[in-house]
Amino acid sequence: MSATLNVTPERIALAGPLSAMGIGTLWPKAIRAARRAAGDELFLDISEATVLDTSGAALILAMESSHGGQVTLIGADDRATALLAQLRAALPDPDAPRQKREAGPARSPFETLRVRVAFFGETIIAVLGLPAKLRFLRGSDFARIADRAGLQALPLVIMLGFLIGMILAFQSAIPMRQFGADLYVADLVAISLFRELGPLLVSVILAGRTGSAFAAELGTMRVNEEIAALTTMGIDPETMLVLPRMAATMAIMPGLVVAMDISGLLGMSVVLMLLGFPPSAIAGQITATTGPSDFLLGLFKGMIFAAAIAIIGCRAGLTAGNGPRAVGEAATSAVVGGIVATVLLDGLFAVLFYRLGL
Amino acid sequence: MPIISVDNVTQKFGARTIFKNVTFEIEAGEVFVILGGSGCGKSTLLKQMIGLLPPTEGDITVTGHSVTRDLDAVRKNIGVMFQSGALFGSMTLLDNIMLPLAVFTDLPPAARAEIARIKLALVGLGDAALRLPAEISGGMVKRAAIARALALDPPVLLLDEPSAGLDPITSAGLDRLILDLRDQVGATFVVVTHELASILAIADRCIMLDAQAQGMIAEGRPRDLKDHPTDPMVKAFFNRETL
Repeated sequence: MSATLNVTPERIALAGPLSAMGIGTLWPKAIRAARRAAGDELFLDISEATVLDTSGAALILAMESSHGGQVTLIGADDRATALLAQLRAALPDPDAPRQKREAGPARSPFETLRVRVAFFGETIIAVLGLPAKLRFLRGSDFARIADRAGLQALPLVIMLGFLIGMILAFQSAIPMRQFGADLYVADLVAISLFRELGPLLVSVILAGRTGSAFAAELGTMRVNEEIAALTTMGIDPETMLVLPRMAATMAIMPGLVVAMDISGLLGMSVVLMLLGFPPSAIAGQITATTGPSDFLLGLFKGMIFAAAIAIIGCRAGLTAGNGPRAVGEAATSAVVGGIVATVLLDGLFAVLFYRLGL
Repeated sequence: MPIISVDNVTQKFGARTIFKNVTFEIEAGEVFVILGGSGCGKSTLLKQMIGLLPPTEGDITVTGHSVTRDLDAVRKNIGVMFQSGALFGSMTLLDNIMLPLAVFTDLPPAARAEIARIKLALVGLGDAALRLPAEISGGMVKRAAIARALALDPPVLLLDEPSAGLDPITSAGLDRLILDLRDQVGATFVVVTHELASILAIADRCIMLDAQAQGMIAEGRPRDLKDHPTDPMVKAFFNRETL
């Protein structure tokens, strides 16, 4: 049931339940009516009000404020009068300037870069100082992280590898068949997977699954003051939290890249066999054009990518702000930063390997 | 007619019984305290009263509606302050209080903001409307959580450990606020706490739960329970003795 408004030249009458549920539709009309009466004394009749709670009282105070002049309340019982008096006393001075939300100090791009470089430096220092701090490391942490980042990601990596291998083979075979070169699809896919796509795709999966998980976990620890507790106990978070994560992701990366490579080759083989090539021809083609160096370079790149993703994920978590939104932002930052860093490093490796003739 | 009736309520988790056959009534306008030691089921009983945990046996009615059969109606008549405050961290205090007004009323945004400002002023946070929960103290978080519970002016407010983690002065201020709000808005307060000073300051009546007895061991006015305890546990609790 809604409250009602009756405006006459002599008075404004509010009737019915003056509560949050009852005053929604009449609020703007009541405010306008009070404003129109500005200059004259406003007689506000609430004798027919069945309920007056703090929301209804808020409407009366808002009408008084809109009117700006003398307001006489008619029909208010003792309780309503007392409630209005208490609210008037509790409200901040209406003439005081309305507060504005103060934005926190925005971090400049230079400051952001400085924080990231500093974190990278602190991690290197933590690695160098590790022999003296081995007691801070817990093997169970390493095993747990390796299990989550590696073993639990394996089915996804195998499935995506198989599909990517099939798609690459199929898309390449269509144009290459016009030149009778469709058997060379095996060379193309194998080299692409070993040198480039294997580590790159696993890194994207790792950034999405593991980098974001690191950021969310450490960000929540920071919000819960667990990081502050570690620091006050004299345990530096880089050693206890970052290094096990970095080591675990680097350790599982070769396994994931191998899984991606093999499943990709299997996917490619299925397509080529459907196109009529025997498995022996496909295997011969792969072994003839790729060598151990292609495979090992991919594994090496993958480990570097993994270290970058782990460091970026941990950095995002450890430098997160306060509150649940900050944890979400840290996770986003970890994924975006991890993928961007992977692609940048991949570009650097491409130039480096070319220069070195690898 | 009582505003809340707890009728033969039992709560079990698997084979473990938290409490059994708890029965009491709360009258409108009372400040009613549920007290007891840690692990006796105070917060569990509160969760049953707000419909977060269905009782294993028995029923609870709030403003005449059963929490087991008519939970939506119950929830329209209650406001809850959780122990941590449970304010939404990404919203300002004003937005936290405007949220239930936006969901459950057809008030225009300006009206919602005005009402929310008044609720904040009522709990003494008129100047902190645009702050985030992370930017205010623990006592202010509790006050803001009470303001949010008050957003729709429900007839029943349930507060879980309002004084937990607060210094004695802030805690006494919160007790004063509960009594003021009871007088100002006429609501019934159900407070779960084990803070003796708060109980003596605010409670019109209380019940005491006990883990060993797996249920209610006392009901009455706190001063009577303190001066004339009928149970050794009640005596120990009110006189801060060890058993």
